[in-house]
Amino acid sequence: MRHLKKDIIPPLQESRWSHIWAGFLGDKLATLSLAILVFYCLVAIFAPLLAPYNINSPNFMDLTNAEIAPSWISGDERFLLGTDDQGRDMLSVVLYGTRLSLTIGICAVLIQITLGICIGLISGYLGGRIDNFLMRCADIQLSFSTMMVAIVFLAVFQALFGMDMYQQLAMIMLILVIGLAEWPLFARTIRASVLAEKQKEYVDAARIMGISPKRIMFKHILPNTLTPVLVIFTVQISNAIVAEAALSFLGLGMPASDPSLGALISVGFNYMFSGSWWICIIPSLTLIILILVMNMLGDWLRDHLNPKTYRD
Amino acid sequence: MNLLSVNNLHVNFHIKGQDLAALIDVSFTLNRGERIAIVGESGAGKSILGFSIVNLIDKPGYIKSGSIKLQNKEITTMTPRLLQEVRGKRIAMIFQDPMMTLNPVLTIGAQLVEAIRSHTRISFKDARNIAIEKLHSVQIASPEKRFNQYPHELSGGMRQRVIIAIVLLLNPDIIIADEPTTALDVTIQAEIIQLLLDICRDNSMALLLISHDLGVVSRVAERTIVMYAGRVVEEGPTLEVINDPQHPYTQGLLNALPQMALPGQRLNQIQGNMPSLNERPTGCAFHSRCPYATDKCRQQQPDFIQSGVSSVACFMVENMITEFEQNTDEESL
Amino acid sequence: MSTPLIQISQLEKFFSTNESWLSQWRIDSGKLKRKKDSVHALNGINLTINKGETLCVVGETGCGKSTLARVIMGLTPATSGEVHYQDQRIDHLNDRQRMLFRRRMQMIFQNPYASLNPRMTVYQTLYEPISFHNPQLSTAQVDEQIQTLLESVGISASSIDDYPHEFSGGQRQRISIARALSVEPDFIIADEPLSALDVSVQAQVLNLMMDKQEERNLTYLFITHDLAVVEHFATRVAVMYLGRICELASTRVLFSAPKHPYTKALLSAIPRLDNNTTQPIRLIGEVPTQMDNPIGCVFQARCPYANQRCYTESPNMIRQTDNSSVACHAVDEGRL
Ligand SMILES: Nc1ncnc2c1ncn2[C@@H]1O[C@H](COP(=O)(O)OP(=O)(O)OP(=O)(O)O)[C@@H](O)[C@H]1O
Ligand SMILES: Nc1ncnc2c1ncn2[C@@H]1O[C@H](COP(=O)(O)OP(=O)(O)OP(=O)(O)O)[C@@H](O)[C@H]1O
Ligand code: SF4
Ligand SMILES: [Mg+2]
Ligand SMILES: [Mg+2]
Repeated sequence: MRHLKKDIIPPLQESRWSHIWAGFLGDKLATLSLAILVFYCLVAIFAPLLAPYNINSPNFMDLTNAEIAPSWISGDERFLLGTDDQGRDMLSVVLYGTRLSLTIGICAVLIQITLGICIGLISGYLGGRIDNFLMRCADIQLSFSTMMVAIVFLAVFQALFGMDMYQQLAMIMLILVIGLAEWPLFARTIRASVLAEKQKEYVDAARIMGISPKRIMFKHILPNTLTPVLVIFTVQISNAIVAEAALSFLGLGMPASDPSLGALISVGFNYMFSGSWWICIIPSLTLIILILVMNMLGDWLRDHLNPKTYRD
Repeated sequence: MNLLSVNNLHVNFHIKGQDLAALIDVSFTLNRGERIAIVGESGAGKSILGFSIVNLIDKPGYIKSGSIKLQNKEITTMTPRLLQEVRGKRIAMIFQDPMMTLNPVLTIGAQLVEAIRSHTRISFKDARNIAIEKLHSVQIASPEKRFNQYPHELSGGMRQRVIIAIVLLLNPDIIIADEPTTALDVTIQAEIIQLLLDICRDNSMALLLISHDLGVVSRVAERTIVMYAGRVVEEGPTLEVINDPQHPYTQGLLNALPQMALPGQRLNQIQGNMPSLNERPTGCAFHSRCPYATDKCRQQQPDFIQSGVSSVACFMVENMITEFEQNTDEESL
Repeated sequence: MSTPLIQISQLEKFFSTNESWLSQWRIDSGKLKRKKDSVHALNGINLTINKGETLCVVGETGCGKSTLARVIMGLTPATSGEVHYQDQRIDHLNDRQRMLFRRRMQMIFQNPYASLNPRMTVYQTLYEPISFHNPQLSTAQVDEQIQTLLESVGISASSIDDYPHEFSGGQRQRISIARALSVEPDFIIADEPLSALDVSVQAQVLNLMMDKQEERNLTYLFITHDLAVVEHFATRVAVMYLGRICELASTRVLFSAPKHPYTKALLSAIPRLDNNTTQPIRLIGEVPTQMDNPIGCVFQARCPYANQRCYTESPNMIRQTDNSSVACHAVDEGRL
């Protein structure tokens, strides 16, 4: 089809990013969200330095200190946020829990992205039978809910290899399960943009040069399809963290000895109505703020990076 | 009397804290039944001019100053209700992409009938008959069949005809056609242009044709306005502008046409590109590409001067005229 | 005498419009049948492109011009027919075997805003093909080649690290030309390279293409719908209509004595600057779709001279006295 001239007006790319960044700084909520997220990340990275107690030291767990309320209630200066049922300092545990939750979330999403990009690229670029096959696989995968797959898989694993083995491998298992369960989302997004990019003439130009399909896929097409990936990236991390928390809450996640935020909530929940509310509430708040902030950023990115809604 | 007169129109775009001028000091008049063409490079501001006439400039853009009068009624300060009326009944627009005007989910019949019934109260059946008659008059074969089809079932040329049929129904005083044939084939373009021409002649409608195809312009328009970088640089009768261009830009534009060089020889290109909105130079905007540019051109904006039947904004032409006058003065002394 | 560079014989290309296997089944008089609907984009094209010439292909939207270009370049496989480069057949080659010919045949595209990768600088865009096809060159040598190349298409070397969006349409088209020239081809297909550009910039790009042709003895297959450009630039012209070539003639002959009714209508429709008194020949009737294999002449539905023979028998290209070839019964029978 002949191009209408209006299809061929030059895209304003460079100004686009600076434009978006300026818009971002102008949006107070978005800026605040980013600041909080950065804070979370810093906390997670420097948890070992920031935590007042070393959670690996043998006297960290001291039952004589169990269930001390936060310092502004109990007046106990040693434990700012109080202690949990096993006498662990809440602040240290929450810091490490955040670190663990974020690590699991990010690693799981990295697996999702890697799988999603490879499958989406191959599917979109090669098309035909391969595309059909891979997308049907994605459909099947999506038709099982992530939680269901994860629950069944982790439960079977626990039953087969026993609790000890499970506790050692819990983190890797969680990353793998959550990572493998949600690749279709990325694969589909990538495939959709690849299908659009593939039509463009620069891909034909590269083919005419004799450049190999692998190189065209990864060097030429991939960098042009990453914008929508960025959008779902943040949302997916928060989803992964939530999934991990839910699994931990159900007792299928991180063990109590090495707790993530979800595991902390799970343990604390038992004490919720026996007066020691802080054991549950503090990690819950931490988790909720983290998820909220990430979703807010995700929404902002979706609104402002989506080429459909984007207007210069 | 002038049907439409545009005076010292300035349109600006407010982008990223900068106030960029898209139209600078544009003035022209359009008489009843007259056909004027606006030509110029992409980005010269032709479409912006078309949109400002019906006060349809969207946000970052705004009309900074100047007046647009439709029979002595000022459009720039009109209330939205009156504007709506002007847009519907007095001025109609035809775009390059017919789908900008057609609703993709309604049959073309429904859209025609709606247009008729929006300003005359008649029965559906009568409206249908009128619609079919109009479709016939824009040379659509078997209009009864087309009546029930959706826009996407028609070819591009056919859609443009439907738009012209709608315009005919509204019976406006002025048609603004923004590159109506750019997306069409040569043979179909010729038909659409002929149709537009006939319709304007038969109903004595005025036409403002925006185009960059000088061939089309020479076929349709009586007068031509040449725009460059937001300004009018030359205005005159079409034949005069095409056969005896005065402004160096118009000369360059015409010389660059393949028809103007011997087959197989190099074309006479204009060097460089038109400056974009945010890099408009001082003085005459064409000076960086102009073979006759002097220091004066780089500093001052030339005023319009009458040169024969055209008016031109160019110092080179101005100098030539004054020299010519001096010479004739000296001779007569 | 001119030596042929590319020879195309009986080239056909069908696109099936219902790709998915499921939608191909259809109940026909009580039986379940599998039927592929297809668009006949190319319908038996025979064409020879001579060394050093500029062959222009003109025709309506959708008549198969781009498809022809893509099939010759091997971007789309042909349904049947053959494409020869000099004396080797190239249409059935796989990617690796085709590599030899990649260097010799290049293409320039229509949309200057889509034909350069937006995430690659000019340098990267040119570095890739040069180093890929000349692995023996050192980086410094490649850089030097890029410099000379950019200079020769009139892009200043200081903008070597800029991204495509920093250039105007005409400059991008120059970069596209530089990319095509970077592998030193003999043959370039240009698919409407001017249609997105302004008149003043069109002249710049066209001049560049002519200079390069002279400099490197290039052969062009130039697809366009601007007949003024054709008249100026082409040595020979092929007029296409619905997947067939209906007239093939040298430029001078075609413009002075068009023979096929479609060519006549096309030429009469060019808006000219000088005389706008001649009425364009109106083509009555609809542009037919290419869904079914046409019986008879493809132009019959709109042709003012069609007779019974045109509805039943497909005309062949017949050589005329002035060396042009026309596929039309009316011309053949001397009615026109
Ligand atoms: N919404 C907008 N925001 C910012 N700049 C704009 C906007 N619309 C138009 N412009 C700018 O105004 C200038 C004039 O645009 P206009 O559309 O009138 O050009 P034109 O002469 O109609 O060109 P074309 O031949 O491509 O249609 C251009 O430089 C364009 O970039
Ligand atoms: N990938 C495809 N799948 C299905 N049909 C196609 C495909 N590519 C082209 N066609 C069809 O083949 C026909 C010829 O298309 P082609 O793009 O070659 O036309 P063209 O002569 O280049 O037209 P234009 O002047 O608009 O560029 C058209 O009817 C088009 O719809
Ligand atoms: S005013 Fe000067 S620079 Fe502008 S067009 Fe005339 S001669 Fe050229
Ligand atoms: Mg415009
Ligand atoms: Mg094409």
